[in-house]
Amino acid sequence: MSEQPSPHLPEPDRPWLMRTYAGHSNAKASNELYRRNLAKGQTGLSVAFDLPTQTGYDPDHELARGEVGKVGVSVAHRGDMATLMDGIPLDQMNTSMTINATAAWLLALYIVAAEEHEVDQQALQGTTQNDIIKEFLARGTYAFPPAPSMRLTADMVAYTVEHVPRWNPINICSYHLQEAGATPVQEIAYALSNAIAVLDAVRERVSEDRMGRVFARISFFVNAGVRFVEEHAKLRAMATLWEELGRERYGVSDPTHLRFRYGVQVNSLGLTESQPENNVQRIVLEALAVTMGRNARARAIQLPAWNEALGLPRPWDQQWSLRIQQVLAFETDVLEYADIFEGSRVMDALVQELIEGSRAEMEVVVDHGGAVEAVPYMKAALVDSHRERVRRIESGEQVVVGQNRFTETEPSPLGGDGEVQVQVVDPAIEAEQVEALARWRSGRDGQAVRSALAALARVAEGEENIMPATIAAARAGATTGEWAQTLRDVFGEYRAPTGVGEASGAPDTEELDELRDEVARVSEALGRRIKLLVGKPGLDGHSNGAEQIAVRARDAGIEVVYEGIRLTPGQIARSAVQEGVHVIGLSILSGSHMNLIPDVITALGDAGAQVPIVVGGIIPEADAEALGESGVAAVYTPKDFDLTRIVRDIVALVAERHGVTAQA
Amino acid sequence: MTPAGRAPDGAELGARLRARDLSAAPAALNLLESRAPEDRRQAAALLGQLSPAALGGEASAHVVGITGPPGAGKSTLLSALAAAWRAQGRTVAVLAVDPTSRRSGGALLGDRARIEFDSHDEGVFVRSTAAGERLGGLAPATRAAAEALAAAYDVVVIETVGVGQAETEVADAVDTVAVIVQPASGDVLQFLKAGVMEIPDVLVVTKADLGKPALATVRDLRAALRSLGADGVPVVSVSSLAPPSGIEDLVGGLERHRAALDLPGRRRQARRAHALSDFLAEHGERGLRALGGRREAQRFLDQQDPGLDVASLTAALEARAPEQA
Ligand code: B12
Ligand SMILES: Nc1nc2c(ncn2[C@@H]2O[C@H](COP(=O)(O)OP(=O)(O)O)[C@@H](O)[C@H]2O)c(=O)[nH]1
Ligand SMILES: [Mg+2]
Repeated sequence: MSEQPSPHLPEPDRPWLMRTYAGHSNAKASNELYRRNLAKGQTGLSVAFDLPTQTGYDPDHELARGEVGKVGVSVAHRGDMATLMDGIPLDQMNTSMTINATAAWLLALYIVAAEEHEVDQQALQGTTQNDIIKEFLARGTYAFPPAPSMRLTADMVAYTVEHVPRWNPINICSYHLQEAGATPVQEIAYALSNAIAVLDAVRERVSEDRMGRVFARISFFVNAGVRFVEEHAKLRAMATLWEELGRERYGVSDPTHLRFRYGVQVNSLGLTESQPENNVQRIVLEALAVTMGRNARARAIQLPAWNEALGLPRPWDQQWSLRIQQVLAFETDVLEYADIFEGSRVMDALVQELIEGSRAEMEVVVDHGGAVEAVPYMKAALVDSHRERVRRIESGEQVVVGQNRFTETEPSPLGGDGEVQVQVVDPAIEAEQVEALARWRSGRDGQAVRSALAALARVAEGEENIMPATIAAARAGATTGEWAQTLRDVFGEYRAPTGVGEASGAPDTEELDELRDEVARVSEALGRRIKLLVGKPGLDGHSNGAEQIAVRARDAGIEVVYEGIRLTPGQIARSAVQEGVHVIGLSILSGSHMNLIPDVITALGDAGAQVPIVVGGIIPEADAEALGESGVAAVYTPKDFDLTRIVRDIVALVAERHGVTAQA
Repeated sequence: MTPAGRAPDGAELGARLRARDLSAAPAALNLLESRAPEDRRQAAALLGQLSPAALGGEASAHVVGITGPPGAGKSTLLSALAAAWRAQGRTVAVLAVDPTSRRSGGALLGDRARIEFDSHDEGVFVRSTAAGERLGGLAPATRAAAEALAAAYDVVVIETVGVGQAETEVADAVDTVAVIVQPASGDVLQFLKAGVMEIPDVLVVTKADLGKPALATVRDLRAALRSLGADGVPVVSVSSLAPPSGIEDLVGGLERHRAALDLPGRRRQARRAHALSDFLAEHGERGLRALGGRREAQRFLDQQDPGLDVASLTAALEARAPEQA
């Protein structure tokens, strides 16, 4: 008679690292926030940088306008980094930095800050996200073209394996792919294809016997949506495929090197503006997906907050989410058992299904020439999947409680109706940072900075590893913008594909058919087809909304000009004038709308153009009113999930402005 | 069409373009693209200001056609070319044509995204248009737009839709046709060899940064041209991503073609093709039959006064096929 193995572990497992993705304003304010969070039982740091820092611009750059200290902390030089980490024991702390294009620079600043605290880089622990392919596909904070970007990543991996051995130089991200609409299969397939591209690039820079260690340093940053059973299966599938990849492609045999290690931020795309309290349930279930099975459990977790779709979370909102983690780890029994799905036929079959789907999709990526070359393909595929997701929500096939079903509600005691429910960053911060930067520049040895940057440029032009010259520039007091500009001058710049042109058409519905007739009627009266410019001003990389509006407008029969993310107000105005559009739709989710939308209006005025403007994104009610007063015709937010309806409004707006009479 | 009440004046816009006032370009194109009857009249007045007779000769621009399969790198190349032309002090207008969705009639005009230029630079103009139901690679207004802008800009480029070898229209709308080929894609090579495609004035292989495949494609194209007895056609290898390469060669190649060209002859050809295309758009195949077929129509056009502008040529065709007009 066989004995049942005990379901109990001799000792409960240690909980995962608990983090809160945080940072705003300046280094000092963020440092205070980190210390408070650590005092509440948070066990690791997760640094959110502002968009200028992420894209390599100093606070005084034209493109930084409205963005300094907004969605994260501004770090412009080693002085900022020292303030940010003040009083935090860097030899013990595990610090995750969401930094990509400028990862080499921020790691250098961290190393130099540690030096100043007499902590050797050998002791540093943490992660730089540093995954550039997903920036092209979903996240948008890239700075350099694909080839030099991959080289920077490979340099960092090669450097840290030798000199910062406890650092995770890259976190391959599937998180952002799901946030851009990926299906579970796409999430797995594109993340692993991406990992292959990185590992292949590193293989050219390290000796073969180092590949086991390199492989072991690659960790993942994944997503978990509310379909939490399938999501758990997804993680098991990734673990299996990862191990297989290590053995077969890279000849790794040490089991500790082959382990699939991942951190998580759970799904935020599904968190709603309508009845935002329901988001708490969603977050809890998603957290279960990444904790309940021991064989595929997260190493580190950060959770979004209940007010995700309203704006930035306040410390209290983030505390609520930290408490979710703590309840899960310390009150429930998830950490007490062996893997609870081992031997489950259902789970195994689900995993197998995902593995097979992913293998097939990975083959498609190979056929496109690998992940770097396949960026346009993958981007278009994501836009298409997202189109399908939006359609299912609009049609009610996919239920979103409180948004497209069960929408009746009592008044919420959590605030709302004009009450501020989010973190507001003081707009004065930008000017302060600009001033502080000027002081920093005047206080440093200019000659030392110039020669460090010249040395950096030489290294960039050649083959040598970028890290030593980057660390030297950090020590000399160079700024984030100077480091990035030096590399932009050598590497050039790049605009990622938008994916919208390839997106397949929406299936015909009665509503859409009617709208097409209306578009045809109004176009006839105008003399040419309605032309819409969809514009993304500023550094904001949130492209989902703009992409989906552009695709739906096309499907309604409109001619749509969409140039992708990160344009200046001047560029948008130029495009509108040159293209002769009838209407402009601007999309801003990063919170810089009160600076940038008036800037676009001014630029249009300067160009003598009278084109009606509609705006979409994360726009608080009070701001929407103010924008209305400055001439914006309409404002849409996440609760307006019916895209056909939005497009119908736009057509009516064009008709009205051009004196086309309404249909009888 | 502009907001109600402010009817654009075609003749005035034409005169401004003739005086090389680049700020007239957007409004001129709004007019040329419009199908509203009053706009059509104004558009004719606009073009009337820019006929060879009105200009006292052919418009001075170099009109270049960039054609080739989707994804070959046409728009990205244009970005690099525009920068090179600007560096020479030349003004540049780009007419980019994208496909129209058959089901909805809408279009996503994406070329602009790839064509980077300084937004403060008034010397670059980019206009995206949708091909509509036409198959030849141009939008309904592209020929007229190119003619109008050729009076104001130094270089006018047409980027065609890029959907296969059926894109024949561009050849008789421009001075110089450049066909863009992506490394390791056999289509153009096959079309050339099989004689499906006319031999272009310049061949460009993109993505030189990919190395070997680009080199191999250049070699194959050169061999094919040799076997067709067209050794003189330049094959230029370029990389449009930073740091760009081969762009100067290409600028030179285009330049040399234009210098060796019988410009009045080519432009006359373009106007005749344009008139026929306008006539066809208006009167269809039945109209063409009334003219005795395409060859007969062409013969008729060839006999017309070389100085006639498009509108007069179209009118002559219509007069010839009275029952259709
Ligand atoms: C998905 C998402 C992402 C994805 C974006 C993927 C992509 N390619 O778009 C990823 C993971 C990459 C991401 C990253 C970041 N994000 Co984010 N993200 C979101 C999230 C969860 C959903 C946004 C979304 O795509 N919704 C789906 C689309 C279809 O809806 P939508 O854009 O809202 O569009 C609707 C309307 O707004 C309107 N609309 C929008 N645009 C337009 C345009 C026109 C013309 C019209 C007519 C209408 C219209 O119509 C649409 C119809 O429903 C929101 C929170 C939320 N739940 O809304 C945070 C959120 C926008 N993100 C936020 C932040 C801070 C970031 C980061 C800056 C964090 C950081 N410090 O690094 C990064 C960096 C991104 C960057 N480069 O700018 C904040 C912004 C805070 C603020 N405004 O104050 C939010 C609000 C989350 C939060 N509470 O903190 N994010
Ligand atoms: N590697 C490389 N890629 C290029 C080059 N030129 C264009 N591309 C890429 O090829 C794709 C298609 O380019 P695009 O200009 O839009 O092509 P079009 O459809 O012919 O206009 C884009 O992803 C470009 O980034 C080049 O010189 N080198
Ligand atoms: Mg193109």
